[in-house]
Amino acid sequence: MNILEVERLSLSFGGIRALDDVSLVAPQGAITAVIGPNGAGKTSLFNAISGFYRPERGAIRFEGRDIGRVPASRRAGLGLARTFQNVSLFRGMTVLDNIKLGGHSGLRAGALSAMWYLGRAREEEMRLRAEIEREVIDFLEIDHIRGLSIGALAYGLQKRVELARALAMRPKVLLLDEPVAGMNREETEDMARFILDIQEERGITVMLVEHDMGLVMDISNHVVVLNFGRVIASGTPAEVRASPQVIEAYLGAKAARKARHEA
Amino acid sequence: MDFLTFLEFSVVGLAGGGLLALIALGFVLIYKGTRVVNFAMGEFMMMGAYLFYTTHVAWKLHWAPALALTLAGIAALGALVERTILRPLSGQPVISIVMATIGLGTILHGAADAIWGGDNLALPELLPRKPVFVGEILIPGQVLWSFAAACALIGAFLAYFRFSRTGVAMRAAASDPVTAYAMGIDVRRTSRLTWIFAGLTGAVAGIIVASMTSLSPALGNVALGVLAVIILGGLDSVLGAIVAGLAIGWLEAVTVGFIGGKARDLVPYVVVLVILMVRPYGLFGTREIERL
Repeated sequence: MNILEVERLSLSFGGIRALDDVSLVAPQGAITAVIGPNGAGKTSLFNAISGFYRPERGAIRFEGRDIGRVPASRRAGLGLARTFQNVSLFRGMTVLDNIKLGGHSGLRAGALSAMWYLGRAREEEMRLRAEIEREVIDFLEIDHIRGLSIGALAYGLQKRVELARALAMRPKVLLLDEPVAGMNREETEDMARFILDIQEERGITVMLVEHDMGLVMDISNHVVVLNFGRVIASGTPAEVRASPQVIEAYLGAKAARKARHEA
Repeated sequence: MDFLTFLEFSVVGLAGGGLLALIALGFVLIYKGTRVVNFAMGEFMMMGAYLFYTTHVAWKLHWAPALALTLAGIAALGALVERTILRPLSGQPVISIVMATIGLGTILHGAADAIWGGDNLALPELLPRKPVFVGEILIPGQVLWSFAAACALIGAFLAYFRFSRTGVAMRAAASDPVTAYAMGIDVRRTSRLTWIFAGLTGAVAGIIVASMTSLSPALGNVALGVLAVIILGGLDSVLGAIVAGLAIGWLEAVTVGFIGGKARDLVPYVVVLVILMVRPYGLFGTREIERL
């Protein structure tokens, strides 16, 4: 079953077609990678799925339900969490505060009862704290930095805290926008392991945008290639790697001919 | 002037600074949440004082229910302002929104004049006048109790932002609304709450000021003096608002003691000017902050 389906999505900014009739699916429990050259529309696609952009045409279905009209802040509550290309943690807050904010959408207590820290607010808070402790902080091995403020962290750790915050949202689908961009080899390997653990142990469906082909080919079950806002190929990593259109998009027509020649 | 007198002026000044800090907090809340300097802050104070006058003096309610009604009214006003003025203007240049707050101030000023008239009205003295002696230092009762009230309110807000879930969400939405939105935080709601809270601080400050002096549509002008406080403290720093509020209160009092009442409005602002030459973003503000 496909937990997330994008059907014939089109989106343009002025005269520029960012997404042109894009259809793709994220199979339940799998890791789906969206790749493509710069400007291919990957981040636009993520922004449309998470509700920041309103597509002109097409449908986005989450668990079979069309969520095209659901505002972004409510999509979080449905189980759609994301990270951003540039780390977008709340500066001036501690790691723990940032992570707890991820659990925000799941809480029901209103501003007033939260003000007195009473009743339901207190109970929810306690439950959230225990859950975050177990399922996020221990899981991502960030216990030692919980009290630090974001500015004090190395870049790789900031990315991990952002992942932690997304996990605290108890997502069914996790959208990761370039999870290893700018990371060194060791940090990349750590992140790859965490993503695989999230998928295998938690059964969370992952969809990621990434330029690191090594990572994409290693961990994805399913790859979708975008170029100029259109899907030009999709399939297993091996199928996509062999596709002439993909080689052409990445290396140019000449290189593609050469590759065919050699093959 | 001997040391004891200096101490006395200092204590009175610091206590008076508490009220400045409370008003400054109202400005800082809005600035942090929306990057806008709310020039209608003084009019929020004035409306709070007038609503209290109506409920307490005209309707003869006990002060507690009168205060509750006033705060409810101001909260409604804050929410209304956010919904009808700020939200439609979101995404517009900051200067347009600032102009809108100036216009709002004028409208509220005119409305108060039309409803309650331009004459000075008197609020009953809410705070005990009885002076308190600390050792040999005499502190006027009203100054001391207004300081206590301001401290209690500031403390409550700080605790709310630090510990409550909604408070943390408001901070998150203030620092990065897009990400907060993706986290499932309802940014419209946090923005509405910000205006409500700013209205509440303003109303309490306005009631205190009016009960110590008198009530007229010009009450809002008090807030203009507080602009120096928030610029000194840094527009986006709650701590800065508190420290600068106390500092300016102290400077004013000591100036009165040493130089005389006429210099009261001059010396503190010269000091602020000099400090701003060295630290243009204020004592605690974010470095790249825009200035007024």
